[in-house]
Amino acid sequence: MKLIFEKSVKGRGSSILGKCDVEYAALPEALARTQAPALPEISETDLSRHYTELCHNVHGVNCGFYPLGSCTMKYNPRIDEEIAALPGFTAVHPLAPADTTAGCREVLDKAGEYLCEVTGMDGMTFQPAAGAHGEFTGILLIKKYHDSRGEAHRNKIIVPDSAHGTNPATAAMCGYQVVNIPSAPNGCVDLEALKAVLGDDTAGLMLTNPNTVGIFDENILEITRLVHEAGGLCYYDGANLNAIMGAVRPGDMGFDCIHMNLHKTFATPHGGGGPGAGAVGCKAHLKEFLPTSALMEGEGALQMRSFAGNFLVVVKALAYIMTLGREGIPEASANAVLNANYLMRRIQGTFEPAFDRICMHEFVLDLSEFKKRTGVSALDVAKSLIDYGMHPPTMYFPLIVHEALMLEPTETESRETLDWAADIFRKLYELAETDPEYMHNAPHSAYIARPDEVRAARTPILRYTAE
Amino acid sequence: MGSYVPSTREERREMLRAIGLEDYRDLYKDVPQEMYLDRPLNLPEGMSELEVSRAMKDMANKNRVFSTVLRGAGAYDHYIPSVVKYIPAKEEFLTAYTPYQAEMSQGVLQSIFEYQTMICALTGMDVSNASVYDGATAAAEAAAMCRDRKRRVTLISAAAHPDTINTVRTYCYGTNDQLRIIPAKDGKTDMDALKEMLTEDVASFYVQQPNFYGQFEDAEAMAELVHQAGAMYIMGCNPIALAIIKTPAECGADIAVGEGQPLGMPLSYGGPYLGYMATTTKHMRKLPGRIVGETVDAKGDRAFVLSLQAREQHIRREKASSNICSNQALCALTAGVYMASMGPEGMAEAARQSMAKAHYLASGLCAIPGVSLKYSGEYFHEFVTLMPKADEVLAALADADILGGLPVEGGILWCATEKVSKDVLDKVISIVKEVLS
Amino acid sequence: MNYPAELKYSKSHEWVKMEGDVAVIGITDFAQDALGDVVFVNLPSVGDSVTAGAAFGDVESVKAVSDLVSPVSGEIVEVNEALADAPEVFNSDPYGSWIIKVSGITDTEELLDAAAYEAFCAEEA
Repeated sequence: MKLIFEKSVKGRGSSILGKCDVEYAALPEALARTQAPALPEISETDLSRHYTELCHNVHGVNCGFYPLGSCTMKYNPRIDEEIAALPGFTAVHPLAPADTTAGCREVLDKAGEYLCEVTGMDGMTFQPAAGAHGEFTGILLIKKYHDSRGEAHRNKIIVPDSAHGTNPATAAMCGYQVVNIPSAPNGCVDLEALKAVLGDDTAGLMLTNPNTVGIFDENILEITRLVHEAGGLCYYDGANLNAIMGAVRPGDMGFDCIHMNLHKTFATPHGGGGPGAGAVGCKAHLKEFLPTSALMEGEGALQMRSFAGNFLVVVKALAYIMTLGREGIPEASANAVLNANYLMRRIQGTFEPAFDRICMHEFVLDLSEFKKRTGVSALDVAKSLIDYGMHPPTMYFPLIVHEALMLEPTETESRETLDWAADIFRKLYELAETDPEYMHNAPHSAYIARPDEVRAARTPILRYTAE
Repeated sequence: MGSYVPSTREERREMLRAIGLEDYRDLYKDVPQEMYLDRPLNLPEGMSELEVSRAMKDMANKNRVFSTVLRGAGAYDHYIPSVVKYIPAKEEFLTAYTPYQAEMSQGVLQSIFEYQTMICALTGMDVSNASVYDGATAAAEAAAMCRDRKRRVTLISAAAHPDTINTVRTYCYGTNDQLRIIPAKDGKTDMDALKEMLTEDVASFYVQQPNFYGQFEDAEAMAELVHQAGAMYIMGCNPIALAIIKTPAECGADIAVGEGQPLGMPLSYGGPYLGYMATTTKHMRKLPGRIVGETVDAKGDRAFVLSLQAREQHIRREKASSNICSNQALCALTAGVYMASMGPEGMAEAARQSMAKAHYLASGLCAIPGVSLKYSGEYFHEFVTLMPKADEVLAALADADILGGLPVEGGILWCATEKVSKDVLDKVISIVKEVLS
Repeated sequence: MNYPAELKYSKSHEWVKMEGDVAVIGITDFAQDALGDVVFVNLPSVGDSVTAGAAFGDVESVKAVSDLVSPVSGEIVEVNEALADAPEVFNSDPYGSWIIKVSGITDTEELLDAAAYEAFCAEEA
């Protein structure tokens, strides 16, 4: 595909703005740029076709199966997009007088109220723009809490070694020392390891439950009790919330604060990497520290970004929650779990699950034995799936399983899709025995073959420059 | 009630049986009974698509949409070309995840690479990332990039956006670092105070151009002061203004950031917006966030990938400089389409017309007895007036379906863009005249 | 795998060669092999002090990063800046690719000789 700059022809363009109907103001020469920016000059026809060509080389969840573990790629309803595009939402200035924005407040209040009920929390903020941003907010709430009680000496955050990399990175951004504790082989918290590191310096624990291998930690009440006894608080990483809605609530497990990914659990689109929304909920004792916008609400304890957050994303999530409602929310989770277990059992017998037990909304395949035997790696299998029009699962995560493929089918897939996917895994399992070389070179039908990432990192080319 | 679960009741029973279970409760056997939720969630009953559509429209209708917006202060009402609304709505772009699998994501990766190139063109910098959450977090991430073992203090101009100042303060609170605010004088950063406060422990100084009050800062002179003190210089620039004003690179900035919302994103009550972030080759490896790079594939053809990943949290964990692991890809796509649609001349025209309309409005208002400009400096498309009866003025404008400027510190902060016609501006001026007469 | 007999080795996979009272430090063949294709190195500056057992920089491959740990305490007198532009030499010639030279050595970690290091690597692999 040509770059848009390679299609640019000097003097071309669209006629968007008319003539200026007032006199231009003079920009002093000392303030003026010396050269016009080298932006593309392109007709609207070419522009439109350029991006259409690009989009034909993108796979979204609305295009096909996308079992990317830990990412909850469920179908993104079109009605939510239509609602979020209403001028009554898009044309509202964030600093318009409060009496003209009652609808926006209602969206935020309702979404907050519903999400508090789903998670067992007392307060909610929509400022965080993404999951990692939500984590950052949650841990800052914990920091403010300890500071407010004169316990700023609590400087350690406990993170299991099975955690996502954002957890330790977040703790570090909050000035905390990260204490990694080993997990039990099934990814659950090793209670003895936890007890050994708890103390007067414990600020908190970061945990996701179900954990990163898709197993619900049945000791969760004991874990949160131990942390609270030591004077620490418990932070719930909501990455896996789609497994448990309506069945069990983080607030009832003993967590003090939580972030949710509205772009996972509540069906708002990922947009190729954002915008999402990382709503953060907390128990009553943390509410006073929730972030505010200096301009909208006045300076508060914290501020994570400008204004009220990714508002339109919240609109979509609210529309989704209202659609599903009291019965539909638990139904979504229960079927996400059912679909994961069904797919796991359909694949089992070829690729083996790392843990042979009931999983939650996702499961991990362990390909280490398979690789030893055939030489075909998890990466090769993942790349081979692309030739069938299936997005590969999450690869090589969590780190505690070698040659891991993590699958999360979500509740919006039909049984036929799951059967189809299982059949493809079976085919690849057999192909590895007969033609491993073919799989080492997969994909064969994608727009590109495997890219040279070493070259990209050694000699970075990060923008187009005209020859 | 609505549902997006395709399987029928009968199919679900069969699937349960296929995995050897009787009912759904068995799926949650690891959840201890004592915390299993044995009551329905206290949520309203689900709705059909038609009902939800109606309910949400009712909510949208409780907001007031003004036909003219003369309020900016960080969110700007520019004209959005029609094509900019349709391209990011394509389901492939809309519903894809982060482009981890390059072979299945070339379209997203290329669109980000093109966006990075356009941001470099606009700012004059060498390297742009794939974007961050918004302008305020871009400023906070930039400040974090500059801190090292010896230099921990961040300076920010009091004439920056209050939300930016507060966000940077929060990020500094996180790492237990100090934020010091350089006071403003006559609506601009006080250069003498800056000089004095640039001590040996200062890592960086952030200035907004044009600043919160619309005033142009003396950005080049600041660069000199900051660099003399051995600190890094961060400029937060309005991207529309950048089509005509001196680039951060020309001014000597080490890092250029800003709020990308004016590049084709609607006001949307504050988000989603876009933070752009660019730097020099020298500091490339410290840049946080996703970056797309060009390479070749196994056949030798051009290909794009997420690059320089060893900077990021999933590899560096607690040693990463930021925990960010996404960008605002769809907003970056929107900005790219906007910049390509407008082109260099269209962007410059949007900037010139916005500036022209703001100046026309200012001179019309200041011709009214009792109204004057609060600050004396050159300004772009925002300015602060001093006038009596500000509340009555804004109420009278609202009656005429016009959202007037934002009340700030005893004045009104006005903003005009290319969207406002001369006729409307004349009407505004006459309404204000009437209220004050 | 190559373990030159004239070098000393640390358990964090750096090699040390003494040139008079100056320690020349690099990473071992085993280290580069474990990392895979090295794409970038974060180098310290001349004049920085290093502490035995503490990191003085890091090397990146596409999917990993590894601290460079100094086996000695002292002051950096020379840095091999050429590595910044050609990190691939870590892979092609690990023992020819010295990273820093340290003098004024006040402390040294317990180092292994080639045979002991080879045995240590065999255990780690």
